Amino acid sequence: MNNEFKCQEMIEVVTNYLDDALPPDEQQRFESHLSYCAGCDTYVDQMRETIRQTGLVPREESLPPALRERIVAQFRAWKRS
Amino acid sequence: MHGPESSSSETALLAALRCGDEDAFSALVDAYGAAMYRVALTFVRSSAVADEVVQEAWLGALRGLDRFEGRSALKTWLLRIVANIARTHAVREARALPFSSLELAREAGSEHEPALPVDRFQGPDGQYPCRWVSFPTPWSAEPDTALLSAETRKLIADTIAGLADGQRIVITLRDVEGWDSAEVCSVLKISETNQRVLLHRARSKVRAVLEPYLTSESP
Repeated sequence: MNNEFKCQEMIEVVTNYLDDALPPDEQQRFESHLSYCAGCDTYVDQMRETIRQTGLVPREESLPPALRERIVAQFRAWKRS
Repeated sequence: MHGPESSSSETALLAALRCGDEDAFSALVDAYGAAMYRVALTFVRSSAVADEVVQEAWLGALRGLDRFEGRSALKTWLLRIVANIARTHAVREARALPFSSLELAREAGSEHEPALPVDRFQGPDGQYPCRWVSFPTPWSAEPDTALLSAETRKLIADTIAGLADGQRIVITLRDVEGWDSAEVCSVLKISETNQRVLLHRARSKVRAVLEPYLTSESP
């Protein structure tokens, strides 16, 4: 029983867990703790939700047109050289 | 961003490009240019400098075409070029080697910041030492009690912008851009362990910032 993760350790190890980077015995202890600790189970869900929302942060989906033009012009110059 | 090797359609595109085919080049720019621009912005922050970085990267790619062997995906190769050029520019912006692997390792190795304040957990004299004082409250799925999604994402973006360099770059590449761990380590030239330390700190901070906004229950 002394081998078990405490909650304060769980929150430090969660990133490794979510990356599948825990050694098998630690992964087992992590999941075992989640099965009986609602607090840590909630925390891991929140971390997953944080990651999910971060993936939805808006970002440029196309190059600024002026930049794109310069890049193409640069290509033409390169081609000629 | 996956794909260990260039696909056959990429091979065809590259062959056309080596012959100076402008349509092939345009196709490539449209496919990867935006991602390259975003990576540049992660490193250098000023859009004017990011513009320069992206232009240089495309020129570097054209000049290095002959050396590209297709052992990695084309996108990976292009983004590595951008990251390397962006790092050079960041150094020129008069900050000492900000994104060198040494600096990132140093940031990762710096004193451990707990993911949450220690007072969230019971001390050694508590009934259950190191356990939650009170459980975190599940985040609400109800739109009227939680922050609107767009606001949530703005909050995340602002938090990320305020992070230390290593944390900002790693969480952006991993969680905003969706790169996998191996790619991030390869481009930044840091170990998996260091990368994960930086990611952990960044994610813990973002989660902590979201917590008061997304918790539905009023205190």
